[in-house]
Amino acid sequence: MPNTRDIRRRIKSVKNTAQITKAMQMVASAKMRKAQQAALSGRPYAELMNQVLAAAVAGAGDFQHPLMEAREVRKRAVILISTDKGLCGGLNTNLLREAARFDKDTTVYICAGRKGAQFIARSKRELAAEFSYKDIPAFAEARAISKFAQDLFLQGKADSVDVLYTNFISTLVQKPEIRPLLPVGRIQKLESGVGGENVGEDLGVAKQEYKFEPGAGDVLGSLLPHYVNYQVFHYLQEAKASEQSSRMVAMKNATDNAMQLIKDLTLEYNKLRQANITKELLEITTAAMAMG
Amino acid sequence: MTLKLEIVTPEARIYSEDVDFVTLPGVEGDMGIYPRHIPLMTQLRAGEVVARKGGQDFFLAVGDGFVEVTGDRVAILTDMAIRSENIDEQKVEEARSRAEARLKEKLSNDEQATVSASLAHSLAQLHVKRRTRR
Repeated sequence: MPNTRDIRRRIKSVKNTAQITKAMQMVASAKMRKAQQAALSGRPYAELMNQVLAAAVAGAGDFQHPLMEAREVRKRAVILISTDKGLCGGLNTNLLREAARFDKDTTVYICAGRKGAQFIARSKRELAAEFSYKDIPAFAEARAISKFAQDLFLQGKADSVDVLYTNFISTLVQKPEIRPLLPVGRIQKLESGVGGENVGEDLGVAKQEYKFEPGAGDVLGSLLPHYVNYQVFHYLQEAKASEQSSRMVAMKNATDNAMQLIKDLTLEYNKLRQANITKELLEITTAAMAMG
Repeated sequence: MTLKLEIVTPEARIYSEDVDFVTLPGVEGDMGIYPRHIPLMTQLRAGEVVARKGGQDFFLAVGDGFVEVTGDRVAILTDMAIRSENIDEQKVEEARSRAEARLKEKLSNDEQATVSASLAHSLAQLHVKRRTRR
């Protein structure tokens, strides 16, 4: 039979845990809001980029670029966007399950986030590079990743590049998804902000005739790498928002569980305390009666 | 008649104001844009953008990117943009010497590209900062 002191000690330790998880939940929810806000502030850029793209595509006509070259896929690269830290529920588990589906011999991985890189190293797959990204992804970080992937593609070390990331659908739902990055097929509308399951729509038609300098082809040619960079940036933002909201939910569950546990333990503690008092009373009265 | 000058980066909208005249660093040379310019699209080098508003010049440093010009609007898409008053000269100078030192080392192609891009950013910022102080 446990004594009251043990139970008291357990209640204390569970309370401490609850305090920590509660704090982490708050931090995660603040960070999630920030991540969403950051994603929204990129909207003017995406809209403008769409406009320029639409005009350039219309002006360039039949256009070819090394980044658009479709080859037979012998070696593929996957950009795996995971998290740096754990304690975010099943997010990484789900993501890495998808990552493990690729053929070990023909796939190289480019990792953003430590958890993914650790998994790749542990499962003895080929890790081409590891990048990190901050709580609010900076465009420079996305550019570095994207540049590396484009070089792999252009040098023929990879015949296709996909992105595996966690799509932010809502605060409660995040889903690992694979999206093709290279070769650039149909040029699609860039997405901005996070959330939703929208697959890229087609570009609208340019409203105006533009003069291009030096030429529509050149402009489109130099626009393409930026287009790819922006896509990677967008995926990073989605992944970050997913990570934070997943952590928030996981921590909320942990806090709730801890509270339940505290309630149960307190009940048990009070029962035991009462039982002890009753027992003592009984002892005293028995002793008093025996003394008579 | 004024021009609406908008400068956006993937992270934020840096500048959005009505101005009278804009100078841009285009790939084929600097160009000045007045209102009612013909619709134009071009690439941008890292350099300085000057916006004239009510007789006063405002300077900004930009990275490479794109410009869309219509009769009443100049929209600049770029990786980096910063107003001259926000440039921290010392920090940029440090970044520049770091980048230059790294360029002297043996670098792979992609590293070299990244470093020279950041060098171009630093140089553009320094150029703008020093000019506005004069």
